[in-house]
Amino acid sequence: MNKPLKQHLIDPEICIRCYTCEMTCPVEAITHDDNNVVVDADKCNFCMDCIPVCPTGSIDEWRVVVEPYSLDEQYSWDELPEQADLAGGGEAETGLEALDEAMAALLAEAHAGAGGKARAPATASKPTINLYTIGKPATAKVTGNFRLTAEGSDNDVRHIILDFGGQPMPVLEGQSIGIIPPGTDAEGKPHLPRLYSVSSPRDGERPNYNNLSLTVKREAGGLCSNYVCDLKPGDDVQVTGPFGATFLLPSDPNAELLMICTGTGSAPFRGFTMRRQRETPANTGKLTLVFGARRPEELPYFGPLKKVPDSFMHKVFAFSRLQGESKHYVQDKLREEAGRVAAMLTNPNAYIYICGLKEMEHGVEAALDDIARGVGLDWKAARDAMREDGRYHVETY
Amino acid sequence: MQDMNVAYDTLIPNNVGLSSDKRVLKALEKWHPGYINWWNDLIPDQFQRSMIYLRTAVSVDPKGWAKFDYVKMPEYRWGVLLAPQVEGRTIPCGEHAGQPAWQDVPGEYRNMMKRLIVIQGDTEPASVEQQRFLAITAPSLYDMRNLFQVNVEEGRHLWAMVYLLHKYFGRDGREEADDLLRRSSGSEEAPRMLGAFNEETPDWLSFFMFTYFTDRDGKMQLESLAQSGFDPLSRTCRFMLTEEAHHMFVGETGVGRTIERTCQVMKENGIDDPYDTDRIRALGVIDLPLIQKKLNLHYTLSLDLFGQEVSTNAANAFNAGIKGRYHEHRIDDDHKLTDATYTVWDFEDGKLVRKDVPALTAINMRLRDDYTRDAAGGVGRWNKIIEKAGIDFELKLPHEAFNRKIGVFADKLFDPEGKLVSGADYDAGQTKWLPTHADGDFIQSLMVQVTEPGQFAGWIAPPKVGIDNKPGDFEYVKLAMA
Repeated sequence: MNKPLKQHLIDPEICIRCYTCEMTCPVEAITHDDNNVVVDADKCNFCMDCIPVCPTGSIDEWRVVVEPYSLDEQYSWDELPEQADLAGGGEAETGLEALDEAMAALLAEAHAGAGGKARAPATASKPTINLYTIGKPATAKVTGNFRLTAEGSDNDVRHIILDFGGQPMPVLEGQSIGIIPPGTDAEGKPHLPRLYSVSSPRDGERPNYNNLSLTVKREAGGLCSNYVCDLKPGDDVQVTGPFGATFLLPSDPNAELLMICTGTGSAPFRGFTMRRQRETPANTGKLTLVFGARRPEELPYFGPLKKVPDSFMHKVFAFSRLQGESKHYVQDKLREEAGRVAAMLTNPNAYIYICGLKEMEHGVEAALDDIARGVGLDWKAARDAMREDGRYHVETY
Repeated sequence: MQDMNVAYDTLIPNNVGLSSDKRVLKALEKWHPGYINWWNDLIPDQFQRSMIYLRTAVSVDPKGWAKFDYVKMPEYRWGVLLAPQVEGRTIPCGEHAGQPAWQDVPGEYRNMMKRLIVIQGDTEPASVEQQRFLAITAPSLYDMRNLFQVNVEEGRHLWAMVYLLHKYFGRDGREEADDLLRRSSGSEEAPRMLGAFNEETPDWLSFFMFTYFTDRDGKMQLESLAQSGFDPLSRTCRFMLTEEAHHMFVGETGVGRTIERTCQVMKENGIDDPYDTDRIRALGVIDLPLIQKKLNLHYTLSLDLFGQEVSTNAANAFNAGIKGRYHEHRIDDDHKLTDATYTVWDFEDGKLVRKDVPALTAINMRLRDDYTRDAAGGVGRWNKIIEKAGIDFELKLPHEAFNRKIGVFADKLFDPEGKLVSGADYDAGQTKWLPTHADGDFIQSLMVQVTEPGQFAGWIAPPKVGIDNKPGDFEYVKLAMA
């Protein structure tokens, strides 16, 4: 199989032929005949200038193709073709999580633990991806940098707030952005962006401010994490993205969520929870969070989390280094909650999300396998069915 | 001085360096309270206090001109935004073609230019006036939001023209700018300048037809002014065109959704005959023949806006390089039209005839032909909706001779096929060709306000996609309590 391409297309059923995109395109990749407005795959360089100027929502369409649709094919369409099933390709090649290859590869690796190609929840909002790229990043201003873990701890996790001013940055909960560390690598080339999950909801860290937050842990010798953790209010940061098109929140307020995380893996779940709190504050009994850390002082957002009513979110903490207590990991807590977890495995409106360090995958999956077996389910089959249905998501690193 | 980003350091957001142009800044600040009063007096108070999910341009760079947020309309940042200056731009047409574009108004064309700007400027507030009461019967919050987006952008287009008047036309420019707020749509004493802008927009189907057909005339005028040798006018109009596209969208999808809902209800109730209008109307949807009648009316009213087919004024404006043709830069000719001819309609010996005239004098006709081609595209897409539903009916643009008040067809009676008919035949046919009072009353009876997010009045289908990728039940307007 040839290497698949991500092709930009325009939906002929939605487009009104105003040609604003054609006039905006800096490389003249967009053209039209009497029937349709079309994009030349040979010329389009994914600069995204045409996306915001479209008045209709017809412009932000992408297909992964082995052979790009020709102009003549596109001229003849009355409607967009479905995404073809590309057998054999991995997520990085055949998914639409990111258009840049490097970012797509990082996300594919993060999602690998789901056991197959990820799908978005059916009711998730449509994500915007790749609006800003390495060649044309957005510049954000740091407006806050707060330590989330206790001062004495060797574990330094920070809550970073970035403001985008007048630049649109349409992120959904669960998406990531890229941060470009300044400077160059050993070969003198600019550094590639590092991916960070957004930890605020779509309408901003503060509602209706054009800002977002990240949850970043300082890694010893980490080029980008040290850069981000040392940022000061007023500093400018180069940002790419947003990225990610499947690890998203279902819009259906009745959807039940099981969120399993460790450390900074809590970032997307903070976004999910705040979204639910802002949108449907009276919607109780739908969220379960299983959150692991060494101690409470090292659990990001421990204080704010305690304030979320139990009726709104059932919270289970697993601490592995509590003085005088045996070690608890998230998988142990899952087993303790087997009844609740089993009910979710058989509920067609329940969604499971796992986010954190790669090492957690194995234990969590073993626990889920046991719980499934306990209610007569074959875990692998159940997991694959949930994943195909957009209800099982893994993002680990 | 110019910038891509919009400066907010003055009362008036702009990318034209207003803060260092004290004279113009002062003049605009003096004009500003009158504008705000005009706006506040116009739109019913409840909507002024509501939070509307609107887009505001924060930069003329493509990434920055569609920033969405909730805003109260009186606090909308109406600004002065010009498309970026193109280095080395030349006058695209007429006797000065190829010379550097003007950055100031050449004295000999001052009056002609001012008149074009005033006419364009006069239509912008007029349409807001015509549409002022529509929100009371909005079929959904989505549609209400779209109406207000159109309204605030028409307001910004007025600002764009007023800026040019203040900046380049001195004292009489200031007087003209004041008059743009003094005239009022439908007023006995001081009506708006063009006929079509003095009619009320009584219902939402009229609004959709107006944005499809009449705003499309505006788009064509902006297209030809965007080709102007007067660079600030060209840059202003180029940026306005990006906004105008939203108005085309509201019109095309609004009519399309009305058609879709009618077809859907007909099918659900086993009605195949589109002319079974009593039964169709009893189901609370607008029959396709009535949609054709509305189309006939709005298309022909809009054709009148292009003026006389043969016009020396239009020839002079083209020759002076003030106003080009549609997509002038893509036309492969001498751009001077020295010997070219163009075919226009004429009326000779009691018959319609096609006749070649000097192309220079047929500039209006050419723009109108471009307009008709552009307008026909959407009609074809509406017909696809009907065809998909399996209903045997086809919408058509009427012949351009039908129902005209300006040009060679005026004062003569034609049917929609373009056949000359007697007074008696016209009277007999008129109720089939143009909406009657009873038709208007019927449409009016369907106009009920729906304010539940995600819900739509029974006569119109929901849109296929939301604004700014928003989901179907998004609360586009947070209504203030009445």
